[in-house]
Amino acid sequence: MPSLCRDCLNPFDAGSRCPACRSPRILTHPELDSLSIAHMDCDAFYASVEKRDNPELRDKPVIVGGGTRGVVSTCCYIARISGVRSAMPMFQALKLCPEAVVVRPRMQVYVEVSRQVRAMMEVLTPAIQPLSLDEAFLDLSGTARLHGAPPAVMLVRLLKRMEDELGITGSVGLSHNKFLAKIASDLDKPRGFSVIGRAETVQFLQNKPVRIIWGVGEAGQTALAQAGIRTIADLLRWDRRDLQARFGSLGDRLWSLARGEDNRPVNRDEKMKSISSETTFDEDTGDPDILDGHLWRLSEKVSDRAKAKDLAGRTVTIKLKRANFTLVTRRHSLGEPTQSADRLYHEARALFDTAREPGPFRLIGVGLSDLCPADEADRMTDLLDPGAARRRKAEAATDAIRARFGRDAIIKGRALR
Amino acid sequence: MKISIERGTLLKAVGQAQSVVERRNTIPILANVLIEAEGNQVSLRATDLDIEVVDKAPAMVERPGATTVSAVMLHEIVRKLPDGALVSLTEEAATGRLTVAAGRSTFSLATLPKEDFPVMASSEYATNFSAPAPVLRRLFDKAKFAISTEETRYYLNGVYMHVAQGENGPVLRCVATDGHRLARIDAPLPSGAEGMPGVIVPRKTVGELRKLLDDDETQIAVSVSETKVRFATPNIVLTSKVIDGTFPDYSRVIPTGNTRRLEVDATEFAKAVDRVATVSSERSRAVKLSLDEDRLVLSVNSPDSGAAEEELAVAYSDDRLDIGFNAKYLLEIASQVDRENAVFLFNSAGDPTLMREGNDTSAVYVVMPMRV
Repeated sequence: MPSLCRDCLNPFDAGSRCPACRSPRILTHPELDSLSIAHMDCDAFYASVEKRDNPELRDKPVIVGGGTRGVVSTCCYIARISGVRSAMPMFQALKLCPEAVVVRPRMQVYVEVSRQVRAMMEVLTPAIQPLSLDEAFLDLSGTARLHGAPPAVMLVRLLKRMEDELGITGSVGLSHNKFLAKIASDLDKPRGFSVIGRAETVQFLQNKPVRIIWGVGEAGQTALAQAGIRTIADLLRWDRRDLQARFGSLGDRLWSLARGEDNRPVNRDEKMKSISSETTFDEDTGDPDILDGHLWRLSEKVSDRAKAKDLAGRTVTIKLKRANFTLVTRRHSLGEPTQSADRLYHEARALFDTAREPGPFRLIGVGLSDLCPADEADRMTDLLDPGAARRRKAEAATDAIRARFGRDAIIKGRALR
Repeated sequence: MKISIERGTLLKAVGQAQSVVERRNTIPILANVLIEAEGNQVSLRATDLDIEVVDKAPAMVERPGATTVSAVMLHEIVRKLPDGALVSLTEEAATGRLTVAAGRSTFSLATLPKEDFPVMASSEYATNFSAPAPVLRRLFDKAKFAISTEETRYYLNGVYMHVAQGENGPVLRCVATDGHRLARIDAPLPSGAEGMPGVIVPRKTVGELRKLLDDDETQIAVSVSETKVRFATPNIVLTSKVIDGTFPDYSRVIPTGNTRRLEVDATEFAKAVDRVATVSSERSRAVKLSLDEDRLVLSVNSPDSGAAEEELAVAYSDDRLDIGFNAKYLLEIASQVDRENAVFLFNSAGDPTLMREGNDTSAVYVVMPMRV
């Protein structure tokens, strides 16, 4: 059976240790040389970067997230032992793990590390589909000859490079489609490498719960449970047409996925669908002045990101989380797309005003969706808002100043609220 | 209640009533039409709490009375009955149902008590005047395309009807805008309309009003207060709340210094715009107008789908000008022109453009250009 040493990359035939370096970290699978779709997921990415940059944190539980009121963005594996999970409210995380060190996220650093990882992946294949800063699908089909090594070897090499050169670890799932690759990368975390071969696919999936399927969340599980579907085996008993009839196009996908079939390609240019930014307050607030300041800062952030990517959007959304955690969202479609912070702010503000929600809130967010190229944006001015053209020029000037002298070189008074 | 009524007469009255009823309703009674029979006529009343319409139709009333039934269902039934049929509506005291019978068809409809039907509080109307249907038809028809659908600027979701100073004295004026285009339509001020409070007539009311204005001979009695407006013919009374907001000062956005004058056959222009816009991207619909000595070139260049160009002979004698517009806006504006040539007055590629019919300033349109 083809085997591979994860430490010295030595391929060999069989054995429980590498014949060359005696390492026990070996990879053995009958289809090891023929699988080429991979999912790479960094281990506790933000936390790993923090530990790398501050060795004092190495043996401590680390939580990356915002303030006492924010949520956990990432937590290291030590913190996870205490039950801390990402997306958990910070107060709850700190109750579970009072000795944890809370670190404010440094997005710019993570973006930079992510870019370095991306560059390393690009050595392997051009077919990369990033899902977020710290995970991506890779399609290495047809690269064996180019690299003189099968995909598995190249992926092990990638993980090793990430450890050696960037000081962060990742886990890889290797299989014959995206669905299984994504599942596989989660099986052996952290520093893992799992393989799901064609031959074992059906058997592997059989007794797994349906939530293993990407996209089946709480609501999906409930809906499926009502139909008596809890495991993949339950799904396999259903006729394709019955699934379709009951769950629509999702039913069709479930039918295929339950059989381990997934023909979605690794999409290089998976289009970005929305740009949004949100903030959780240190203290619940309903103060219109404070909220107005946040609306402006968030609009500016979203606009900055849209401008950086040369995108514009025609739907503006605001999101408010009430003190009791219930969510209010309001959206509005514009006559033409925009990327202007001023326009976004005015729309967001109008949405906020018409929502007539008194608050207090714990979170506010602004989003832009229905994206299109920037050259379609902001081509018309508003008859009834003669100041808009001047404000647009001012924004362009502000952008130029910020590009040259830094983000905080010039800000609106509104941003200080 | 027991009445007999001719099918066509009933259909017209029910038709008007049911279109006011909101399809998605949380208050059951609002889905119903209130039928009241007395003397030799029947009246049908429907409301969505913002608009109320009362239709009166002649009927043979055997037993006066009143009840409410589903407006949509009654309309569907009457619509499907054969032409010329005599329809009888009978309230069955025992079952609380309304029997609708015509020929061999019999329907029994659930009713709700007439006491539950909300009747719009009557208002003190400060201004009452009368206007011929064609005058009101022109005022609203030519303005309504510019009504905004944006809920965030709710005060633009209607036609602003008010008294204004025209070139030759006071006029009854209707204005609508969505921020991208604007329509300003004037009519001679009917006597009695002086001092009328300016009101924003909601989009839906404009649509319902339109049904009262088809007959050229009808005189429409218009009553206006600060909060309500009422349009009445001898048979139909349409009462509506007006939009509670301030219409923006539109006068300052109507350009007065535009000097570059283009005159073009509106129909030919609209057809050409429509043709070249075929290749424009679904969403942006940008059309470029390139003007030169008596020549207009319309062009669309869309990187994804292709390009189009069309030349038109026009009257233009000013400097070269390239200006872009949303094709939909141009089409809508051009289609308002029905008698003479369309006259466009431009300033620059970034400024609002004015359009009118010949030299007629009683209907003026403004459209915002688009960067192309």
